[in-house]
Amino acid sequence: MLTYILQRAALALAVAFTVSLAAFMLLNIATDPAYAIAGEEADPEVIEQIRIRYGLDQPLWVRYLDWLSGVLRGDFGVSYYWNKPVAELVAERVGTTLTLAFSALFVTIAIAIPLGALAALNRNTWIDRIALWLAVSAQAVPNFWLGLILIILFAVMLPIFPVSGDNTWKHFVLPAFVLGASSVPPVMRLMRTGLIEVMGSDYIRTARSKGYGGAALLIRHALRNALLPIVSVLAVQLGQKVGGSVITESIFAINGLGRLALQSILGADIPTVQMLIFLFALVFVAMNLLADILNAALDPRIRIG
Amino acid sequence: MSDMTQSPLIASEPEEKLPPSPGQLARTRAWKHRGFQVGTGILLLLVLVAIFAPFLAPHDPLAQSLSSRLLPPVWVDGGNWVHPLGTDQVGRDYLSRLIHGTRVSISIGLGAATIGLLIGVTLGVLAGYFGGWVDHAVSFLLTAQLALPGLLLAMALVFFIGPSVIVVICIIGVLHWTYFLVVTRAATQHIRSLDFIAAARASGATSRQIIWHEILPNLSSKIIVIFTFEVGIAILAEASLSFLGVGIQAPTPSWGLMIAEGKEAMFYRPWLVVLPGMFLFVLVIGANLMGDGLRDIASPEEKG
Repeated sequence: MLTYILQRAALALAVAFTVSLAAFMLLNIATDPAYAIAGEEADPEVIEQIRIRYGLDQPLWVRYLDWLSGVLRGDFGVSYYWNKPVAELVAERVGTTLTLAFSALFVTIAIAIPLGALAALNRNTWIDRIALWLAVSAQAVPNFWLGLILIILFAVMLPIFPVSGDNTWKHFVLPAFVLGASSVPPVMRLMRTGLIEVMGSDYIRTARSKGYGGAALLIRHALRNALLPIVSVLAVQLGQKVGGSVITESIFAINGLGRLALQSILGADIPTVQMLIFLFALVFVAMNLLADILNAALDPRIRIG
Repeated sequence: MSDMTQSPLIASEPEEKLPPSPGQLARTRAWKHRGFQVGTGILLLLVLVAIFAPFLAPHDPLAQSLSSRLLPPVWVDGGNWVHPLGTDQVGRDYLSRLIHGTRVSISIGLGAATIGLLIGVTLGVLAGYFGGWVDHAVSFLLTAQLALPGLLLAMALVFFIGPSVIVVICIIGVLHWTYFLVVTRAATQHIRSLDFIAAARASGATSRQIIWHEILPNLSSKIIVIFTFEVGIAILAEASLSFLGVGIQAPTPSWGLMIAEGKEAMFYRPWLVVLPGMFLFVLVIGANLMGDGLRDIASPEEKG
């Protein structure tokens, strides 16, 4: 088990650093940071000075190694745009994004699991069909548009929630719903097929023949087994929530990492963008690692096989 | 469903009446699949709208008119039939902009999905066919690509390179190939183990010939299914980029950009945001329904 976890962890780290390398190369090829600092119309001389001052005259791979050794020492670089250490910018905002991501996950669970179970238990009835239609439609709704519609409905026409900001829990209700809704279709489908499979299995038939039925059967035998694969999918979805925060935070003016990402891109602030891409990738691989470990812990066939 | 899933193995036994061919079976299933019909209908209609946009649009989508700014749609007080869906902040006809927006969305959807297809299918077939270190390398690439925060990187790259339709197509395409890869890799691994591949190899066919003449034709239905879904995904990705201000730039009529422009006035004129979103929703649901339908028709045993 330990070897398995170590192997997976090493792979995850390798992936995160590959991603950071790819992002570094792509960003620096796409734009010249010296122009981003000085402005498009700056003197060639000024540009040259900036290049030397920020070390941009070095070859790309030297700059990447510099960045990498900085990250390993906990030095995330300094933002051109905010004139602050990137670490400080991230630290100020990470809590907000995590709050949003976990509330979104809660919304996903609260909608997708009951809906999936309901659809499975009423397979091929109108309930099942409505649930599947909801899933198909939810996949086609642009996330940012859903956010704006909810603002119009529940912040303007019925002023229940604030339009934007991040001061109270009320500010997080609509954003969490928007961010959580995007994960409902896959989780719901998984719950539905999982429960249908479990309900058709031999041990459920055995339990039924021994006189179990109704809620006891459903909760003690069926749901527990159907939920197993969902746990690891939820971990992956949580990783995606952090990446998906860009749109939601921008719509609702929430000062988290996602909004920071958009602002840094618009300000051509490469050190911040680079660090955020690395962080988001790191969260994603960490969540996948967690999913792998959970899978192995719950299913002995994986860790032995 | 049982009567539709006759396997080709049974069909090869001598019978008095020839059983329906797989193609005929697929056509029968297509006739009965309502989701497929609705989705294909929507897509066909919107593709026609995109092709004939200049003839369908009542006005020039870029023509501004300061005297007729922010007119409401015809069903709201103050609306008129000259501008059936009203006008935007600079007096451009909203219906004409929505109609021309189909061009932007559909061309980006098709273009980006094609790039994704080329990358994903190439890698998938190579990994599935050759296995070994090729497969390991491709798997690592896949894991890395999945870990990339796609939207964030797309935003940064499009904005830094310089937003234009071509750049948006290329960046979205280059970042959306994993689905093609996963499916074609697994399918190629399966096909490679079948007898007709061994037969082809025994008759002296090279790897290149086997891939082109034996494997790719057998992957085509799966590839078409994914392509349909990816068109929808790419359309939503473009809309998100344009909405955030790092995609298609004004004055090009992109639905995502129109939503961003309408956002400023949405509290009093919600239709500015509602209408382009509805167009996006209908187009993407059309693609998804068609994809779902094609999957059910091509491989009914996988029907969920």
